[in-house]
Amino acid sequence: MLTYWLTNGFDRKAQIVTAVLVALAIVVPLGSLLPPDDSVLHISTYQVTLFGKYLTYALLALAVDLVWGYCGILSLGHGAFFALGGYACGMYLMRQIGTRGVYADPVLPDFMVFLNWKDLPWFWYGFDMAWFAFLMVILVPGLLAFVFGWFAFRSRVTGVYLSIITQAMTYALLLAFFRNDMGFGGNNGLTDFKDILGYSIQSPGTRAGLFAASALFLAFFFVVASALTRSKLGKVLVAVRDAESRTRFIGYRVEHYKLFVWTLSAVMAGVAGALYVPQVGIINPSEFDPAASIEAVIWVAVGGRGTLVGALIGAVVVNFGKTWFTGMLPELWLFALGGLFVIVTLFLPTGIVGLFARLKSLRKPPVAPVAVANQSGGAS
Amino acid sequence: MRMLRCLATLFLLMMTVLPLKAATAIADADLTALVNALGAGDFDATEQAIAALAASGDDRVAGILDKLGNGELVTRKADKAVFIGEKADKDFKLTDPVTGADAGIVPKATVDKLKVNNKLRRAIATAVGTLTLRNADPKVRLAAAEAVMKSQDAAAIPALDAAIGAETDAAVKTAMISARAAAVLASDLPDSEKAKAVDTIADLGTRDALGMIAPYAGQAGPIGDAVKAATTAINAKLALWDAGQNIWYGLSLGSVLLLAAIGLAITFGVMGIINMAHGEMVMLGAYATFGVQELIRNNAPELFDYSLLIALPVAFVTAGGVGILIERSIIRWLYGRPLETLLATWGVSLILQQAVRTIFGANNREVGNPSWMSGAFTIGEMQVTWSRLWIIAFAAVVFLSLIGVLKKTALGLQMRAVTANRPMASAMGIRTPFIDALTFGLGSGIAGLAGVALSQIDNVSPNLGRGYIIDSFMVVVFGGVGNLWGTLVGAMTLGVANKFLEPYAGAVLGKILLLVFIILFIQKRPRGLFALKGRAVEA
Repeated sequence: MLTYWLTNGFDRKAQIVTAVLVALAIVVPLGSLLPPDDSVLHISTYQVTLFGKYLTYALLALAVDLVWGYCGILSLGHGAFFALGGYACGMYLMRQIGTRGVYADPVLPDFMVFLNWKDLPWFWYGFDMAWFAFLMVILVPGLLAFVFGWFAFRSRVTGVYLSIITQAMTYALLLAFFRNDMGFGGNNGLTDFKDILGYSIQSPGTRAGLFAASALFLAFFFVVASALTRSKLGKVLVAVRDAESRTRFIGYRVEHYKLFVWTLSAVMAGVAGALYVPQVGIINPSEFDPAASIEAVIWVAVGGRGTLVGALIGAVVVNFGKTWFTGMLPELWLFALGGLFVIVTLFLPTGIVGLFARLKSLRKPPVAPVAVANQSGGAS
Repeated sequence: MRMLRCLATLFLLMMTVLPLKAATAIADADLTALVNALGAGDFDATEQAIAALAASGDDRVAGILDKLGNGELVTRKADKAVFIGEKADKDFKLTDPVTGADAGIVPKATVDKLKVNNKLRRAIATAVGTLTLRNADPKVRLAAAEAVMKSQDAAAIPALDAAIGAETDAAVKTAMISARAAAVLASDLPDSEKAKAVDTIADLGTRDALGMIAPYAGQAGPIGDAVKAATTAINAKLALWDAGQNIWYGLSLGSVLLLAAIGLAITFGVMGIINMAHGEMVMLGAYATFGVQELIRNNAPELFDYSLLIALPVAFVTAGGVGILIERSIIRWLYGRPLETLLATWGVSLILQQAVRTIFGANNREVGNPSWMSGAFTIGEMQVTWSRLWIIAFAAVVFLSLIGVLKKTALGLQMRAVTANRPMASAMGIRTPFIDALTFGLGSGIAGLAGVALSQIDNVSPNLGRGYIIDSFMVVVFGGVGNLWGTLVGAMTLGVANKFLEPYAGAVLGKILLLVFIILFIQKRPRGLFALKGRAVEA
């Protein structure tokens, strides 16, 4: 059953994406580790980390696309799930520091010693074990999303109102995590990590491994998302997106479908955050900033909403642009990003993927118009 | 010795006679006798003489005592009469202290300087203080009573008793009675008197009163009991004042929220547009204020007190103009697609922020307070700053004018018509695109006005708007979309709730609690506190 379900989702698009990601997961680490530093083929550790970061962003974008593109829930708070996953991972990495911290306390992280705390708070228990931390990476965002969604969808909060309260949620978490009393390092967050699963976090080998893990997780979730959207459940989700009341009147429990996909999406965002933290080496409350969550939405919009591939493309393209701009013309980046928001919503409602589809249809006039009509109708 | 007894008798006489007379002048001869007593004996005798002088309540006494304190008084050895002595070469030029008449120049050897020690200096200070209790000006008397209240000098009790009997002004009398009670507490009078005094102080109900009786809390007997009862009574009163202060702060925060949210209530509530750039309109208003003030500072500094009044129309037009521009160029293509509008206006907000940062720099800009907005005054135990008071008044004016525009003008009627039923309004001949642009401009312009007010209490930086956008949305959604009165109630409720939570939970946690409350509240009432009913809701 599950095999059928997955193979059904493993269409040509998914095959290509998976192939590309798996290839990346093999080629990039090899390129980083094997050739000598001065070789043309060599990929520097900095580049590996940077691309690894893009891949975790792509996973976040995929999560946003799943709820926004296929279920019509515009979340302005997915950054919160991303950050929670990141914090869960960061707590594991903090516990791994052990006596190598500035204050050399075997149990307490530095900031707790600094705050003059004597005991580890209860919610830090268990994070010295990798399996527990990984469980939390999935459980914490998932549970928050489940509870939040259960309340919101049951009382039929939809559209703009839902967007605003998701934003309020991440804003409340932002304020909360800024507090030192919370026990998550306050303003500075968690940083200064030493090693992960016993390997030094700085070494090129670990970086390459993290990159490969990011690519493989992304591929895995892409297949899951692809299978999900092609299944009957996926069709119901699209129905909810396009005509929620009608779907309800037909007899579907709309809130159950929404809750399922919402929670799954939060878990994906949490995993993305957990992969992000060891690569960038820090997690702090700014990840909860509502602005960060809205940025994730624009990645999806740029790539093409409701296409899955578009989310990946959008995340990589926009973030590549961000890296380039902030390096070359830092003054202009916000103009460019702001302009992107405006231009994409006004002129590119189907994003890059939609643009390619249109170009393709121009080249093959006889067959294409019908296909395009269907596609744009479904993605709008 | 006879002299002393005589003085004492005189003193008693004064105490009984003066309250009846309530006059501030006595016969020159009597006063001269009192003044001469200053030089009659040792320090103790002088002290008594000072008290006697003070009790006379004559206007001239203060000046004489002042001179005594400065060592300018001398006694003539021959008859022990007291004069003001000014050094003239090796001689002294004498002046009668009572009449001011010249008493000739005498050799230094024939006079003695009147010496004072610290104890006497204290006695003089107290005497001068109590003297002013009898001053003709009630303000001076009030100040004197308050001075005694602070110093709690037991020596002032007789003078106060006298003054209380003569006092006609009710407010001053109350102050004197309280001052007397404070002095009694500090004195060595019997316990029953003190207990009575505690009750008098308890009636004051101020923080100072609490401080006055606090040292006696541990005492056994009637005083301790009285203090305990009084402390409870005062604390109850203070709690009321605290609540009043919290409500005031809450209303002040509420009016800031109202100002920031009311423009949003128009664009979001009335038009259904999610304008994420609303905070940037507020920011533009604040920068318009900055610009106006810069112009005034450089060209016409004397107009500075009017700078805010001048800034109001400028901010309204700037923000409103930018708003209309945004509506015409971007938002009108996105009607009916609220989520896309949200993203596009977010992009606009980024662009505006960066534009302002590029033009004005990323640092905070200095916006001055005009003189009529600085300072504070107190009502009872409440501190009221002028700037907050003006902002509350301003928010009220903006709110009422907006209601007026919507209810009483042709434009307002057309706006409401378009909101209620766009196709029908269009069929009736209303140019809906034109109304859309004006409505959006009005909402943005009001945000600009909010910016003028916020420039007075917040940092004027490119990030100014960011801090208000989420709060504003919370207010509008909580109050109920499409309902200005709901926005008012929402803003005030959130403002007051925030200030009441702050002492218990801290500022940040209080805000988090409110956010969580609103998230839960929306689950219960998805359309806010005052929901619109009817077909428009379904659209």
